[in-house]
Amino acid sequence: MASIKEIQQDIIDEFDMFDEWMEKYEHIIDLGKSLPLIEDAHKTEDNLIKGCQSRVWLHANKEDDKVVYTADSDAIMTKGIIALLVRTFSGQKAQDIVEADTDFINQIGLKEQLSPTRANGLVSMVKQMKLYALAFQSQN
Amino acid sequence: MLNVSKIRQQFPILHQEVNGYPLVYLDNGATTQKPKVVIDAIQRYYEMQNSNIHRGVHYLSQLATDEYEASRETVRKHLNADHLHEIIFTKGNTEAINLVANGFRALLASTDEVLVSAMEHHSNIVPWQMACESSGASLKVIPMNSKGELDMKAYESLLSNNTKVVAVNHISNALGTINPVKEIIQLAHQASAAVLVDGAQSGPHSHIDVKDLDADFYCISGHKIYGPTGIGALYGKEEWLNKLPPYQGGGEMIATVSFKETTYATLPHKFEAGTPNIAGGIALKTAIDWLNDIGLDNVMAYENELLEYATQELAKIEGMRFIGTASNKAAVISFLVGDIHPYDMGMILDKLGIAVRTGHHCAQPVMDEFCIPGTIRASFAVYNTKEEVDRLVEGVKKAQQMLS
Repeated sequence: MASIKEIQQDIIDEFDMFDEWMEKYEHIIDLGKSLPLIEDAHKTEDNLIKGCQSRVWLHANKEDDKVVYTADSDAIMTKGIIALLVRTFSGQKAQDIVEADTDFINQIGLKEQLSPTRANGLVSMVKQMKLYALAFQSQN
Repeated sequence: MLNVSKIRQQFPILHQEVNGYPLVYLDNGATTQKPKVVIDAIQRYYEMQNSNIHRGVHYLSQLATDEYEASRETVRKHLNADHLHEIIFTKGNTEAINLVANGFRALLASTDEVLVSAMEHHSNIVPWQMACESSGASLKVIPMNSKGELDMKAYESLLSNNTKVVAVNHISNALGTINPVKEIIQLAHQASAAVLVDGAQSGPHSHIDVKDLDADFYCISGHKIYGPTGIGALYGKEEWLNKLPPYQGGGEMIATVSFKETTYATLPHKFEAGTPNIAGGIALKTAIDWLNDIGLDNVMAYENELLEYATQELAKIEGMRFIGTASNKAAVISFLVGDIHPYDMGMILDKLGIAVRTGHHCAQPVMDEFCIPGTIRASFAVYNTKEEVDRLVEGVKKAQQMLS
């Protein structure tokens, strides 16, 4: 499996193909549409990350020494970004997730998605993913 | 008639590009942009007048005090209050409500009730919840119908001898509804209840006459009325303001202080502890004068035109759903398109240089009432144009195309 860094580089390359914001956004929207939905059973209040603008559900599971994430959101743009985060972190080792840097969102030209007010749970989303990883890590 | 292009020239911020498009600013419900005269007034204060007020004997202090007090007179006149000391400067509309709600903690008994409407924003809910919590009083909600109009029958039946305060907005920020505040106040007074009117949204859009309304308290926000942030005003009837205990302790609000006992200053200083936002207070006068120079009747007529045009053009979009369709409405349009999440729509409109508000507009209970996560809200000001409405309509269509 590719490392977190390699996956992020792939994503950056992928977005580099688009010249215009509109194409980037359309790609994000497509990613949002294709994100495997979280199981209904996991779409609970406990798994909800509340942002001002949209809602995000995040579930984490440990399989062998890897962390597997599923997620969903009621807003498609948010869902698209989450799809990128899931692609980056899901199936990785807990320690790698904890130590990973997530500047790639900025690098693909979606910086506004990271600003606290627009974050819409995105910053909290990364934080929550890392917290899960940290929790799994400490179980070892 | 208004000369909109002349008005627009007075707003430096409007003449810029956002994401490569000329800015269309339709988030006036959140805050309005400032005309050059207001910006100049702030600069002039710091360059020529900066000094603490009500304290110094020196020239600058006297100058700043005079200007600040002249602003109080402008606010008094604008609201048609009887007395100058019935105008309390606050840091904003929210602080004004907190000042009153906090004062009522001491006046409410556990059998008392506070009524708020179902269309309040958080600023006119939470302070009352806090007042009820500490006094043991109960908070009751005046319901609204599916058009976003208050249910006046239900309101009447909620009123009783236990009702001590009714807190309602004049214009709803999330729905645009203009509430029948005069009638609300009359009914409340028959039950001997005091009424606080939250005028955050009415300031820039309508005439306010606290005497005609017979309001006990009326709050306005500086930054929503083309003035600076960090300044607002509370009108309170003298008898009520005398009854309420001070909100904050500190300088300015005292008459005498000893370690044994402190006596409080008379109105309005009793409620104005500490050094206020002097620059903001002074520039608020400039903003109100500026608005009155254009003429509120002209502003209202023009904004109504924009509202009608925007409603008519947006309605042509397939799947358009307006949230809040009260028959008496200010220039605020809250809407959803099909199943598109407001956040997604807002993101794309932003990329097209169009600033709207998305989300629950700090009025979560309103959204719960309509079972929606939020809305897209376009709120208009006197400097907006029909061309900008066209840009909004095109933008919504473009976003719809991308998102469906």
